[in-house]
Amino acid sequence: MTASADRIEPAPPPGSDQRHPRRTLAIARVRRGTIVGWLFVLPALFMYAAFVLQPLALTLNYSLYRWDGIGPSKWVGLDNYRVVLTDPVLTDTLFNAFRLIAFFSLLPVFVGLVVASILRRSEGGLLGTMARTVLFLPQVIPLVAAGIVWNWVLSLTGAFNEVLGGIGLGAITRAWLGDFDFALPAVGLIGFWVLLGFCTVLLFTGMGKIDPGLYESARIDGASAVNEFFAITIPSLRNEIVVCITVTIIAALASFDIVYISTGGGPGRATMVPGLQIYTLAFFGRQIGVASALAVVLVVIVLVVILPLQRLNRGTAS
Amino acid sequence: MSLANRDRSLVPRRSRRHSMTLATALAGLAVIVGACAPGATVAPSSAPSSPSGTASAGPSATAVAALPTCGTDPVQLTVLFETGFDLPNKLSEEFTKQFPNVTFSISTDQFANLMSSSARILSGSNPPDLIRLPSLVTLAKDKLLKDLDPYATAFGWDKWPQSQFTQNRVGADGTRGAGTLYGFGLNFSMTGVFYNKKLAAQIRMTQPPATVADFEDLLAKAKAAGLVPIMQWNDSASGGGLAFPLQDLMAAFGPVQPINDWIFQKPNSTIDTPTNLTAAQHLAQWITSGYFPKDVNAIEYTAAAGRFAKDEGVFTFNGDWQNGAYTKDMASNVGFFAFPPGTAGGPLGAMSAPLTYGIAASAKHADCAAFFLNWVSTNPTARQINVTNQGSNPGGPSDLAMPTVDAASVTTQTLQVGAEVGKSNGAMDFIANSTGSIFAQGWTPELQKLVGGKQTADGLLKAVQVEYLKELAQQ
Repeated sequence: MTASADRIEPAPPPGSDQRHPRRTLAIARVRRGTIVGWLFVLPALFMYAAFVLQPLALTLNYSLYRWDGIGPSKWVGLDNYRVVLTDPVLTDTLFNAFRLIAFFSLLPVFVGLVVASILRRSEGGLLGTMARTVLFLPQVIPLVAAGIVWNWVLSLTGAFNEVLGGIGLGAITRAWLGDFDFALPAVGLIGFWVLLGFCTVLLFTGMGKIDPGLYESARIDGASAVNEFFAITIPSLRNEIVVCITVTIIAALASFDIVYISTGGGPGRATMVPGLQIYTLAFFGRQIGVASALAVVLVVIVLVVILPLQRLNRGTAS
Repeated sequence: MSLANRDRSLVPRRSRRHSMTLATALAGLAVIVGACAPGATVAPSSAPSSPSGTASAGPSATAVAALPTCGTDPVQLTVLFETGFDLPNKLSEEFTKQFPNVTFSISTDQFANLMSSSARILSGSNPPDLIRLPSLVTLAKDKLLKDLDPYATAFGWDKWPQSQFTQNRVGADGTRGAGTLYGFGLNFSMTGVFYNKKLAAQIRMTQPPATVADFEDLLAKAKAAGLVPIMQWNDSASGGGLAFPLQDLMAAFGPVQPINDWIFQKPNSTIDTPTNLTAAQHLAQWITSGYFPKDVNAIEYTAAAGRFAKDEGVFTFNGDWQNGAYTKDMASNVGFFAFPPGTAGGPLGAMSAPLTYGIAASAKHADCAAFFLNWVSTNPTARQINVTNQGSNPGGPSDLAMPTVDAASVTTQTLQVGAEVGKSNGAMDFIANSTGSIFAQGWTPELQKLVGGKQTADGLLKAVQVEYLKELAQQ
C-alpha cells in the first residue's frame, strides 16, 4: 500500500508554491504508514507485553514487598535486595552460576570450534554427517529424560565408574553427583554435552561461508593448519562465536532444568544456582519478595554480561 | 523496493530509537512497579475471617442440630488427591457404593507440586471440596481452609483421642499444635526401623535392640560382617533422609515436647539443645564409622527402598507407608521395630503424622466432605480398607476395634509400635515440616555436609536454627 502510494506521487512542479498542502499530504502518508506498521506489529507486541513485559513488571513490583503469594503484602522497599546481596547463601548461588560458564560456555565453544573444523575437513563423508547428528542429538532429546540417564551414568554403579574401573582407575570412582568437589563439574559435564552440539552445528555452518580462496592463499604463503585456524577461521566466525557465547552464557547463568534433575542443588549447596534458589524461595518458602528480588538481580547480571558481547558483534557488522 | 529502502535508511537511527524504546519501556515499568501492592486486595469474604463469622461458615446452625450429611440429592465432590497413593481412591469408591448419590471428581498431583500449588488452587475460582494438604500454617493464615471445629463438635471428634488432631490445629499467632482445627487425618503413619530378617540373623540379632547402645552394637557387627548397616537416602531431590535417624536419636536422648514446639513454631523454641547435640554427635559417629552407603548423598528415596528390598542394608529408617512395597518385594523377610530409647525401659519416640486432608474455605459441598472424613475414621469397611491398603493406623474413636491384620505381617508390627509410642506419648511431627523450606534449605544441605565432612554435629544444629529464624522473620 505505502509502496504504491510512493510511486504514484507526482513530482513537484518546479517553482510551485503549493508546498503547504503537499507537505500535509506527505505527513498524512507517513502517519498512515506508521499506523499500518504498528498494526502489523500489534499482535506480536500484545503477546510480548502479556508474556514478557507484564511478568517482568510484576516481578519488579513483587520484589519490593514481603509477600507469601496469597495473603496481604507489606512494602519493604529495597530490603529484599539487601537480603539478596548480603546473604552468603544467596550470593553463593550467583558464584556457582559463574563457575558453570566454564562448562556451559567456554568449553562447548572451544571444543565446538575444533570439532567443526575437523568435520569441515572431512566434509561430505557419511562419518561427518553421522558425527553432526550425534552431536546435535542432545538438543532434540527432552532434557528431563537426558538428566535421568546422566544420573544413572554418574551414579556409584554407573557406566562412568565402570569405565574408570575397567582402565584401572577404580580408586577414584565415586557417586559423582553426590560429591562435594565433583558435583558442579559433573553438572557442567551434562551442560557441555547438551550445548556442544548446538555450538558445533552453528560454527560448522559459519565455516561454510568462509571464502575457500583465503585458505588457498594462506597455504601458498606456507601457513600451517593451526595458523589457518587462528588467522582465518576464528576471525571469520566472530559473529557465530558471539552468538554461541551469548546463548550458552545465558544457559549457564539462568540454568535450572539440568541442575534440578541431576542434583537438586546438592550436595550441601555445592550446585545451587539462582534459578533453582528462586524456585525454592518462591514455592517452598513462599518468600515471593526475596525470590523476585533475586530474579531481578539475575536478569541484571545476565544483561551486564551479555550486552557488551552484543556490541562486539555489532562492531563487526559495520 | 521502497520498503526495503526505507528500512535501510532507518538503520543508523535504529540504535538510538532502540534505546529510546527501552527507556520508554523502563519508564513504563517504573510506573507499574509500586503502583499496586500484590495480594493486598485479598477478599475477606472468601473465608470466615472473624470468630463471629465462624458459626455461619461451618455447618449451618440447623446442620449442627441435625448431623451434617451428603443428603439424598446427587452430589459430586471435587477432590484433589496425592499421586502415587491409591488409598483415597479406594475409599471414595467404597463411599459411592454406600452412598450412591455421591460421586467424586478426582484429580491428583505430586506431593511436591501440591506444596507449591495448594494455595493457588484453594484461592482459585473452583476450589476442591477435599484436598491433600502438604502444609497448613500459611493456608490457614490466608483463610483458605474451612474451620473444622464446628464439625468436630457435630460429629463428636472432640471425644476422640485428641493427639490425632494436635498437628492440624493452628493458633491465631500462626503456631501449630493448638487453636483452630484445619485438617483431618485419613490415617496416622508411624515411623521406625525396618530390618532385613535374613541379614539380621546373620549378625545374630534375636530381638529388637533395647537401647541406642544395643542398636549401635548391631551396626558395628553388621559393618564387621561386610554388610551395609543402614540403607538410607540423602539426595536433594528426595530430601535428606538422614533426618529420620537424627530425629529418632533426638527422641531417644531427650523429651519430644521441645522438638514438637520447635516444629510448631512456638516462640523462642530452638533445635540447638544439649540433648539434640548428643543425637547429632551419634549420627556423625555413624557416618564416620561407615554405617551408611558411601554414595548416600546421591541416593534417591525410591532407590534406597529398592536397594533395601534387594538385601542391601540390614536396617533402614522409614515409615509404615512402605509396608505394602516391602511386603511385595521381601515377603516375610522384613521386620519393624521402634527406635530404642537412650536407656532401657525409657519412653519411645517416633515421627507419626496424620495423612492430612482439608476442606477449602469456599467449598461447595463442605458438609458432605466433612461427612466423608468422619466416615473414613468410623466406618468398619473404610477402616479395614485403610489398614489393608496402606498399613497405617486409621485413628478414630478409641472404643472402635482395630481392623484385622495378618498376625505375621509387618503391618501388625507397625500398628503395635504405634500403640506403644502412643502409650509413652512419644508421637512427633517431622522436623522437616517446621517451615515450608526448612527441609530444602536447612536439613537437607546441612545433613549432606555432615556426610561430606564439611559440617560438624554442633554446626549442623546451629545452621538449621539460623535458617529457621531467617524463614520465620520472612513470614
